[in-house]
Amino acid sequence: MIDSIDGVLLENTVDATALSERGPAPRRVVVSFGFWLFLLSDIIIFAALFAAYAVLSKHTNGGLDGTQLFDRRHVLIETACLLASSFTCGIMMIAVDRRSALGTYFWAMLTAFLGATFLRLEIAEFCVMVLRGAGPARSAFLSSFFALVGTHGLHVAIGIAWLFTMMAQIATLGFRPMVMTRILCFSLFWHALDIVWIGVFTIVYLGAHL
Amino acid sequence: MSTPEHRGEAQRAPGAHRSGRDRLYSYIAGLSLASILTAASFAAASSNLVWGPSMPVLLAVLAIAQMGVHLVFFLHVSSAPDSANTVLALAFGIFVVGLVVFGSMIIMANLSHDVVSMDKLLQMQR
Amino acid sequence: MFGKLTWSAVPFDQPIPLITVCVLLFGILGLLILVTLKGWWPYLWREWITTTDHKRIGIMYVILALVMLLRGFSDAIMMRAQLAVAAGNAAGYLPPEHYNQIFSAHGTIMIFFVGMTFVIGLMNFVVPLQLGVRDVAFPVLNSVSFWLTAAGVLLINVSLGVGEFSRTGWLAYPPLSEIAYSPGVGVDYYLWSLQISGLGTLLSGINLTTTILKLRAPGMGYGRMPVFCWTALASNLLIVAAFPILTATFAMLLLDRYLGFHFFTNDGGGSPMMYVNLIWAWGHPEVYILILPAFGVFSEVIATFSGKPLFGYRSMVLATMGICVLSFMVWLHHFFTMGAGANVNAFFGIATMIIAIPTGVKIFNWLFTMYGGSIRFTAAIYWAIGFMVTFVIGGMTGVLMAIPPADFILHNSLFLVAHFHNVIIGGVLFGAFAGYTYWFPKAFGFKLHEGLGKAIFWCWFLGFYLAFMPLYALGLLGATRRLQHYSDPSWQPLMIAALAGATVILVGIALTVVQLVVSIRNRDRLRDLTGDPWNGRTLEWSISSPPPGWNFSGLPTVSGLDAFWSRKLQRAPGAAAVPLKPVSVPKRSALGVQVAFFATLMGFALVWHIGWMAILGLLGALAAGLHNAWRVDLEDTVPVSVLAAHEGIQASRVAPT
Repeated sequence: MIDSIDGVLLENTVDATALSERGPAPRRVVVSFGFWLFLLSDIIIFAALFAAYAVLSKHTNGGLDGTQLFDRRHVLIETACLLASSFTCGIMMIAVDRRSALGTYFWAMLTAFLGATFLRLEIAEFCVMVLRGAGPARSAFLSSFFALVGTHGLHVAIGIAWLFTMMAQIATLGFRPMVMTRILCFSLFWHALDIVWIGVFTIVYLGAHL
Repeated sequence: MSTPEHRGEAQRAPGAHRSGRDRLYSYIAGLSLASILTAASFAAASSNLVWGPSMPVLLAVLAIAQMGVHLVFFLHVSSAPDSANTVLALAFGIFVVGLVVFGSMIIMANLSHDVVSMDKLLQMQR
Repeated sequence: MFGKLTWSAVPFDQPIPLITVCVLLFGILGLLILVTLKGWWPYLWREWITTTDHKRIGIMYVILALVMLLRGFSDAIMMRAQLAVAAGNAAGYLPPEHYNQIFSAHGTIMIFFVGMTFVIGLMNFVVPLQLGVRDVAFPVLNSVSFWLTAAGVLLINVSLGVGEFSRTGWLAYPPLSEIAYSPGVGVDYYLWSLQISGLGTLLSGINLTTTILKLRAPGMGYGRMPVFCWTALASNLLIVAAFPILTATFAMLLLDRYLGFHFFTNDGGGSPMMYVNLIWAWGHPEVYILILPAFGVFSEVIATFSGKPLFGYRSMVLATMGICVLSFMVWLHHFFTMGAGANVNAFFGIATMIIAIPTGVKIFNWLFTMYGGSIRFTAAIYWAIGFMVTFVIGGMTGVLMAIPPADFILHNSLFLVAHFHNVIIGGVLFGAFAGYTYWFPKAFGFKLHEGLGKAIFWCWFLGFYLAFMPLYALGLLGATRRLQHYSDPSWQPLMIAALAGATVILVGIALTVVQLVVSIRNRDRLRDLTGDPWNGRTLEWSISSPPPGWNFSGLPTVSGLDAFWSRKLQRAPGAAAVPLKPVSVPKRSALGVQVAFFATLMGFALVWHIGWMAILGLLGALAAGLHNAWRVDLEDTVPVSVLAAHEGIQASRVAPT
């Protein structure tokens, strides 16, 4: 009979019981599944913003439209930064599972640096647009653009802050299960942001010329 | 290594992985595939090689493929029975995203259905 | 320094809110003084304010719901009274600007702070007990969710005394809700209150979904879960999927109002219709979030009081999950008249009719459960039977309006108002009261007074029909919703009948308070010693009333549906068969109340455009979160001696079978 206090399985052998009948799942599974659900809810927020963008993208109110504002090379560099950061995040997770503090810090800093570069490029783009008179209050198209891309950027910024917090947690608390589960959740978050960005660059930037 | 995965953990955490080397290969493969798909999207959008009206379809396919690459190679979403909950939740999420985005687009596009255009209106007044 | 906030925000010139606020302030002050004088603060802080126990949090949610029911219902009776007199040349006693705030507050409070909180409270209390586990997946987050909801409630109540509430209805359609047409703070109160409590609700949805999917007693596969847990799963999945749409849409409206964006404005290329579309993409799943747990309550109540297993478990589960999926495919029926054309309207009309089918399956299953059973007519069963009659009528009028041509006549008429009150009162509220009556002894160790319970039911049942059947007629006669005054005096008798109905319901609400007082006074006579006052079928009845903090001394192993019932049939000994081991329970945490405090501060500051206070609120909430991130001492251990002592006492109370 399996009893779990905090859900830790006590046996090592292969269990013939159906998965759904094995009792409470281990803590790491519970936390990361809960975070997975949170990520899905976050994706739905983006879905609503995408829907608004799709509906309003042609409502330029006599102002500038996407073809006149978007620089595809700029976006390609941003995309490369974010994709590379997803990769470095993955390598960081290998270091975490090995409980290698130096490895974790190195790859985490690289991930943060790439994320910050992405943000710098994006903020620069926003500033240029505002200076050209294409700020978010100019038209519905621009409102939906700034909200969608800006929300994604805000998530990246929060992610970087979270990453630094996790490094502080490793430094002060070590690689305990609670900390490692949180880093796992961070990596889910970071990869999900790259998935959202695929939608952004395809629909917003490449789609502007369609 | 006595991480939970190696103790034959019954259910897999979303995003959890197998051995170190498998993971490395997974990330390298993911990065390579994603880079190719990204380059293809940007190239296709900038060139004249693709027939215009098919461009949205091509870009959509490339984007969905790349999202799949991320899910499989970076997020390790698989069809194994121990990640059934993860996959089902993802499916429900995709379902809702599709409804919200495409449903909204269809509904909003149709809203001018009964609106009479200005010229017809003027014609009717004569 | 204080943004837009000045002394003119206090309604010194409006007698009704002024008097209400004074009475409320005196009442709250009196309560605080009483608590201080009696020295109850340490107890309250330790056992309730910082609790992470799902049972206590569930009880607090229900208390919040009942308190807000008083405010929401006061709004209702004020509206009914106004309409009973404002016929022809009579102006009534409520000026239009005030009346508009009242109907907006009524809807907002009833849906978000009565309906949602009641249902979430019941699910919080019951689900871990029925699943045979010790708590929800994230106990500290549970506390945060509750306190964020309370923060939303606080903000909306502050709007009564400082500033104003919105005049834009419970959904705040633009362009009226845009800054150009609602320059006051009312809409901002509405938006920030709901954004804050919406976050709490979303986190609660994640919490309960994870609990149901990942934390069940050994042996409890999906096919052995009680139906209430299945409906809770469906409802919480809907919360996780739908509430983000609300968050995003409100965020867009906030961007319009604060930063001059053009999502939904008339100018700049904005589309107010996009708001209607998005808000109902949330709004329709929302009503299913409310009704599904109520369906679950009825499944439990009807099975228990018929003395039979629930008929058609599999079809119940399929119907529930079917409703979960279908509820996302019907939302356009809330705006058939917005002009999407016949094809689009037809699709959503047919989908709406289809979604009635799984509900019909459920009704038949309940009827077949009762058929051939030996029914005990307790107050809970009264609510169930009353529900079946009332909800079916409401459902039928809904399907009637699902036909677009019919809806073109009835959209936004009093017929619509009667329909949704029919299903919400007959469905959600009756379910909430049934659950309240059914699980009260489990929560507190004594039953509610039965006779008063039945009287309360009759007041609600008869009062509902008297109040809302006239509204169906009025809708067909051409009355629209949200009227402060009407010119056709032939409508007045029907309006007066509606007021009479509301008064009968008022008696019912008063009796609810009386019932609570009487039950507490007579608690020794109404005591439930065995933990199983109703001869129940599911695991929550296998432990003491009230349950110990750790719920189950040894996690039960489940081998079939209706786990407790089969154990009773086998005359098996109780849970003590498992050798006792020390149990971990989550430590209490102040994070919830800290985050909510700063969230309220931030919300209030954002409403009044007080920059420094908003930043302070945000930073405070972040600091509380960071502080919590370094908390490593997360659990208390309950030693075997305490477990054994509790089990010993409980065994001596349970009559040997």
